Amino acid sequence: MAKLIRHEGIVEDEWSVLRFPAKEEPLRKQAGKPVLFKLTGEASATPDEIANLAVPEGKTIIPLPLWLARSDELAARLAAATLGVWIDSHESPEALAGSLDDLNRFAVIAVNFPRFIDGRGYSIAALLRTRYGYRGELRAIGEVLLDQLFYLKRCGFDAYALRTDQNIDDAARRLRDFSHPYQAAADQPLPLFRRQARGLTA
Amino acid sequence: MYQYDHYDQTIVNERVAQYKDQTRRYLAGELSEDEFRPLRLQNGLYIQRHAPMLRIAIPYGLLSSRQLRMLAHIARTYDRGYGHFSTRQNLQLNWPELARVPEILELLASVQMHSIQTSGNCIRNITTDPFAGVAPDEIVDPRPYAEILRQWSTFHPEFAYLPRKFKIALNGAAQDRAVVQWHDIGLDLIRNEAGEIGLRVLVGGGMGRTPMLGSVIREFLPWQHMLTYCEAILRVYNRYGRRDNSFKARIKILVKALGAAEFARQVEEEWTHVKDGPSILTQEEFDRVAACFTQPAYETLSDQVPGLNARLAQNKAFANWVRRNVHAHKVPGYAAVTLSLKKTGVPPGDCTAEQMELVANLADRYSFGELRVSHEQNLILADVKKADLYELWQQARLGGLATPNIGLLTDIVCCPGGDFCSLANAKSIPIAAAIQRRFDDLDYLHDIGEIDLNISGCMNSCGHHHVGHIGILGVDKNDQEWYQISIGGAQGNDSSLGTVIGPSFAAEDVPGVIEKLIETYLEHRTEEERFIDTLRRIGVEPFKARVYRGTRDNKAKEVVNG
Ligand code: SF4
Repeated sequence: MAKLIRHEGIVEDEWSVLRFPAKEEPLRKQAGKPVLFKLTGEASATPDEIANLAVPEGKTIIPLPLWLARSDELAARLAAATLGVWIDSHESPEALAGSLDDLNRFAVIAVNFPRFIDGRGYSIAALLRTRYGYRGELRAIGEVLLDQLFYLKRCGFDAYALRTDQNIDDAARRLRDFSHPYQAAADQPLPLFRRQARGLTA
Repeated sequence: MYQYDHYDQTIVNERVAQYKDQTRRYLAGELSEDEFRPLRLQNGLYIQRHAPMLRIAIPYGLLSSRQLRMLAHIARTYDRGYGHFSTRQNLQLNWPELARVPEILELLASVQMHSIQTSGNCIRNITTDPFAGVAPDEIVDPRPYAEILRQWSTFHPEFAYLPRKFKIALNGAAQDRAVVQWHDIGLDLIRNEAGEIGLRVLVGGGMGRTPMLGSVIREFLPWQHMLTYCEAILRVYNRYGRRDNSFKARIKILVKALGAAEFARQVEEEWTHVKDGPSILTQEEFDRVAACFTQPAYETLSDQVPGLNARLAQNKAFANWVRRNVHAHKVPGYAAVTLSLKKTGVPPGDCTAEQMELVANLADRYSFGELRVSHEQNLILADVKKADLYELWQQARLGGLATPNIGLLTDIVCCPGGDFCSLANAKSIPIAAAIQRRFDDLDYLHDIGEIDLNISGCMNSCGHHHVGHIGILGVDKNDQEWYQISIGGAQGNDSSLGTVIGPSFAAEDVPGVIEKLIETYLEHRTEEERFIDTLRRIGVEPFKARVYRGTRDNKAKEVVNG
């Protein structure tokens, strides 16, 4: 089993993430450079791919398009708490939130970072926590690196599947890079100026 | 100016520790080049042509003499004894060693400074009017708002990996000296009819490859909502800004694609969710920050200084300097003074460690120990007694800081260009130097009068060439350095974009072209007209015709034959 950071501890990960099979995509270019990001709202998979993807037994985190298209068939898995869902950076948390009455019926929701410099996942997490009332495990997957952990935590993540080459023993420290951030965020709903009496006491 | 409390200091100290560890891991091979890049950029460290370049934040251009002395010390110890003040009110060091940058950051932290978010795809240094707090036309002092935004944007967890860089500017005066229309977010501090303070919000301005003026998306936002509204704008941008093409990733492209009205609608919709949240500003927090920007202990003085007029009549050099480099102040008996970093032969914005120390001393002696950096790349002592002007002038002159050219042709705004910057198409500093040499005659220079000349070494427009009355842009033609010239750009309340006059020129021809543009102006101008006024009245054609006289026909023939 793979390792996972949950809160600040290292645990065995009992979930597996189901992805669409990798396919050969024609290399797209913009301004002479390869396109590395999907545009927000772009389709993730074809209807065939969605229909044909088998969901294995056991605790499985499935892609959002699959959940949206096949939620009836997967209702029992949801009830048995063996179903999680993951959302990609170009996908819509609104669609996820609109797909069932209470997001907390998912034991886990994951947000994928196709590349660590793709910052959309931070907004998605913030929305799931602060707007759509999700309180369960919110997990960062994909290119999750040590140096982004602090920001991820602040946006509401509480579990992190680090890329395998990362030094997992360093994670707890990285989650505490800063002790008194200025802004309100998902992990701390009050900005510094409402949390502390500030003044010239340096 | 703003003084750090325990929390501010802790944040910069923790940043130093974090970056020290990141640098160590990079040097040990634990962090790849690609993974280290955004981390170092968010600390202002670029890898340049010859060496790394470190960009140190000067929040909204405000510095104390103590901080400037530290910058001098750093320039001397870790660099080659000078620094470059940039068009975004920051200081750039061109030769630091990557491994020693954490030491520099430690020294900066000891004087309440840092290099946080001076580069990278995040919210950059907040900029504002260099005459904030002293300008006679000021409506609202923008500095407390700028500081509050600085804190909010520092390590904002949701907006550290945006599609592209993001710049916010604030203006609080009748005349916009912060170029808010050219920023990703421009905030104009205003008062409504009831006298309440609010912000006019502009979004989507920017120079670069697709220059665009910002659009107003809200006419009046109560100041308490400054952070929540910015959050809404940034969230819409972070989610929907284009990431597939870095040339189209700035917010201006999103605003243009959606249309300003639709973009505004999306922001307002997002804002309804966050507007009444805890990030709404409190009067208490505003007062705490504003208390750092109270007026210094001005003396009650008469605006008439005995002997000053006689001095001005006798000493032409002093009079020229006062005419160009001394500015009105809202308090009687005081003036703001620009120390020119545009001496002929010195790259615009460059300042030696000795000059920094001199300026720090001058600030202590004459201006309450503070100074400002302008986006025109000069230094400003904002609170000088008029009675001290003559003394100050003599001392500034000894330090090479009293060139009487503010607002004139040789007060050139210029990016580092091909001498330093690895993105450049062409050099810019030698072009500035050649123009300064060509127009070195002071009488002629003063006769030509006010004119903004801006030079950028490439389309990234760090020298703001789009808004120069004359703009020069380095272009690459078959691996050779060429210069495209535009005229008619302007910043401030009547902002406009320059028009390219025609085919580009080789470096050695640029001063001659500028000369022809100036001659055209001198021939056509009326008594009161500045260059830009004449140009707006008679249009671009007479200028073009003069510059390309003789060459046009040849060009036409070539095309026909080709
Ligand atoms: S305009 Fe281009 S050449 Fe000049 S500093 Fe900016 S990126 Fe470099």
